Amino acid sequence: MTKNLKLAALATITAFSSTPVLADALARAKAIEIIKRDFEPRGQADLDRLAEDGLQAICNRTGNSPASENAKRLEADQLAMVKLPADGKLMGDWKAGEKLAQSGRGFTWSDKPGLPVGGNCYNCHQISPKEQAYGTVGPSLYQYGKLRGNTPDMQKYTYNKIYNAKAYNACSDMPRFGHVEALKPEQIKDLVALLLDPESPVNK
Amino acid sequence: MKKRGLESLVTGMVALGFSAGALAQAAEIDHAKADAEFAKFRAEMEDSNPAELFELKGEELWKAKRGPKNVSLAESCDLGLGVGKLEGAFVKTPRYYADADKVMDAERRIVWCMTEKQGFKFEDIAKKPFASGNFTPDITSLVTFVAGHSRNMKFAVPLNDPKVKEVWEIGKEITTYRAGPYDFSCNTCHGSDGKRIRMQNLPNISKPEGAIKGVFGWPGYRMTGGVMLTSQWRMNDCFRQQRFPSPKYASDTVTALLTYMTANSNGQLYKGPGIKR
Repeated sequence: MTKNLKLAALATITAFSSTPVLADALARAKAIEIIKRDFEPRGQADLDRLAEDGLQAICNRTGNSPASENAKRLEADQLAMVKLPADGKLMGDWKAGEKLAQSGRGFTWSDKPGLPVGGNCYNCHQISPKEQAYGTVGPSLYQYGKLRGNTPDMQKYTYNKIYNAKAYNACSDMPRFGHVEALKPEQIKDLVALLLDPESPVNK
Repeated sequence: MKKRGLESLVTGMVALGFSAGALAQAAEIDHAKADAEFAKFRAEMEDSNPAELFELKGEELWKAKRGPKNVSLAESCDLGLGVGKLEGAFVKTPRYYADADKVMDAERRIVWCMTEKQGFKFEDIAKKPFASGNFTPDITSLVTFVAGHSRNMKFAVPLNDPKVKEVWEIGKEITTYRAGPYDFSCNTCHGSDGKRIRMQNLPNISKPEGAIKGVFGWPGYRMTGGVMLTSQWRMNDCFRQQRFPSPKYASDTVTALLTYMTANSNGQLYKGPGIKR
C-alpha cells in the first residue's frame, strides 16, 4: 500500500513537472539524502522516525495539497484504520479530558519511554475559557459542542478527528493521536467529552 | 573588565529572578505585554550581559596555543575573511570554505579549525558539544567570542555564491520534511505567521522578520537552566520537539538549516551574543 502510494506520488510529479518543480525535487532528494545520514538514535527516538509513511511522502511532495482525488483516497484510507472503543460509547469524562488536554509530554527523546503521552491539545488550540495559555497553530475549540451539538454523528466525527486528523484533511498539521497509539481509545473518549459534553466548561 | 563583568552578572542574575516571575505573571494576562516586557528587560541587560563572561573565556581559548599541534586559532583559523580575522566574520557565515570544500556555519568552522589546525579529535568535541549544569564546552565559549566581534553588524550570508545557494535550497527543503510519530516538519510550527505554542510565539522562518528571530541572540545565555548555548544547540532542540532523533553535531543538516535561516535574515542587525528565555 505504502509502496503504491509512493509510486503514485512519483507518477504525479513526473506527469506535471516543469523546471522549477524539478529543481525543487532535486533539492528535496538531496535534503532527504543528508537527513538519512545526519541523525543518530537517542532515547526512544530511533532512526525509523526519519522514514516517511505513504501519507507523509505525498504531503511532502505536494506542498501539503495533493490533488483532490488523491486527497480523498488518502483520507478514506486513514478513516478505514480508525479503531472505535470496545464498548461502542464515544463520550467519556470531560474532567479527565481536560487534564489530558493540558499535558504536552510524550515521544521526544527526553521523555521516558512508555510514559503516558499527553493530549498536547492546549499547545495548539483554545479550548476551555479558564485556560489562557493556549496555542494558535490550530483553530479555537471554545464552544465546540455548543455550536455543533452532540449528536451521535458529531461524536463520531470528533472521535475520528482526534484519532486520526488526516481522515478528514489528508495533510492536516494535527498529529494522528490514535493512529500512532499516542492516545488510547478511552483517552480519546475523554477528549470527545471535553469538546462535546454540555457540562464541559468548553460549552458553558 | 573581568571583575566588572562578574559583578554585573550577579546584578543581572538578581534581575533575572525577579523578571522571570514578573514575566510568567504578565504572560497570563497579556502575551504582547509580556513580549514587550522581555524586550525592555533585554535592553536593560545589555550593560551587564552574561554572554560577556563566555566571550572572555573564548578569547583566552582563541589566543592560546592548544591541541596536539600546539597552535592557536588566532594564528591558524580562517573564518572566511583571512586567518585570525574576526571583525564581521560571524555575520558572514554560513559560507563556503574552499580548504574544506564545504559550506559551514561559524561553530562548525571553528570545530574544523580545532581538528585540522590544532589536531583535536572531532569525536572528543562532539561527545558533549553543548553546555549543561556547570559545564560549558570550549567550543561554546569560542563561538561566543567570535560572534561578539560581529555585534551590531548586519547579517550578510554570501547567498550569491552558488555553493551557498545550493545549501540554502536544501535547508529550505528540510524545513518542509514531515516525518516521525506526529508528522511534524519545521514548517508545522515555523512556516506561517502569527502562530503560538501555548504562550510561545513562533517565528515564521521563511520570512526575513521571522528568520531574524530564529538567529538573533544566538549564541545566547539561556535563563532556563542558566547556561550559554549556541545555534547548533537550538537546532538540536527543535528536532527534539519535532519528535525526531538527534541531529549529529556539526552535520550538513544543521548547517543547511542555519544557512536557510541566517541568509533569510540578511540585511538585518545582529545584536551579538545575548540572553534568551
